[in-house]
Amino acid sequence: MDQDWTDDAFALFHEHGVKQVAYVPDAGLKSLLIACQADNAIKAVTLTTEEEGIALSAGAWLGGERSVVMMQSSGVGNTLNMIGSLSMTCKFPLVMIVTMRGQHGESNPWQMPMGAATPGILREMGMRVFEVETREEARDAMDSAMRMAFHADEQVAVLISQRLIGAKAFIADVAKEVTQHG
Amino acid sequence: MAEYSLQRREVMAELLADRGDALMVAGLGSPVWDLAAVDHRDENFYVWGGMGGAAMIGLGIALSQPERKVWVVTGDGEALMGMGSLATIAAQKPENLAVIVFDNEHYGETGMQPTVTGGLCDLPAIAKGAGIATSVSVVDQAGVGALKSALADGPYPLFANIKVHRINDKPVLPPRDGVYSKHRFRVAVLGERSAMHPY
Repeated sequence: MDQDWTDDAFALFHEHGVKQVAYVPDAGLKSLLIACQADNAIKAVTLTTEEEGIALSAGAWLGGERSVVMMQSSGVGNTLNMIGSLSMTCKFPLVMIVTMRGQHGESNPWQMPMGAATPGILREMGMRVFEVETREEARDAMDSAMRMAFHADEQVAVLISQRLIGAKAFIADVAKEVTQHG
Repeated sequence: MAEYSLQRREVMAELLADRGDALMVAGLGSPVWDLAAVDHRDENFYVWGGMGGAAMIGLGIALSQPERKVWVVTGDGEALMGMGSLATIAAQKPENLAVIVFDNEHYGETGMQPTVTGGLCDLPAIAKGAGIATSVSVVDQAGVGALKSALADGPYPLFANIKVHRINDKPVLPPRDGVYSKHRFRVAVLGERSAMHPY
């Protein structure tokens, strides 16, 4: 299979010594999550809601380990008080990799509002936000995010564009195959 | 309204008499004051906000420090806000993490409004259902003794819900600067060189 941005992410986790990854799954993260789960050097933690990952990340740092939190943009709203109250107040390093919904080619209207608001909300919280659209931009932003977080106690989000991960082709391509009411 | 005889700070002192070198996290409100009053140490991380996150902070520490016990003490309101984390913790099976809820059935810091644990909500049953097999309810002195044994001998992960009298003791305030608290904890656990030069 062709290499893509998730291979770069996995390589960067090792380069930066990331030992814990926490996530609510997203289709755009699928291959990266499989790689992390299969790696004995990385503890992979499936969350019930995204804010748990922010708290876990703080705990990992307290215990001396580096972590990355992953989610889709629809989960960003669930994280905000924990980011503000815990990560910002204590200056805990925070690296969030967010796969975007509600952008180019999105066909599910329920994903649109949170996707559109995500970059602004995170900036308003005081986080640094990198919005990336190509594999090269993604690799550079993830590398920078981990450097800034783990060495300078910053809180950084990398927003992976739907242009890079591909719009979920659910309704447009699949709907004709499934039963429809209405 | 049920009346419980156990006094929260006395129970905290009794449990912590056997603390050893366990790392601790205190969830916001009375558990912070109680831990500061009973056993104020550098290896305590006091959470003054981030409601619902105490158990997950504990999990992050537990995964990164597998050789040390990690005890999270928190309140019923804080635990209710992070209920999903009980399932997350159970799935990780940390053999060194205990979550201990001091359940006074009220939101203590906001004017003693009742929480749902004073009604039909059974937190130990929720923890057990989430997959934490060692999940105990403590309502009297015999239960405190049993919990001390469980904290000493396991098996972990462990969840305990202690029904305590609703009247809080006088607050004892630890430092509330978050950056200071973070560094102090890390220096105590990792040593100054590793804590301050994490390259």
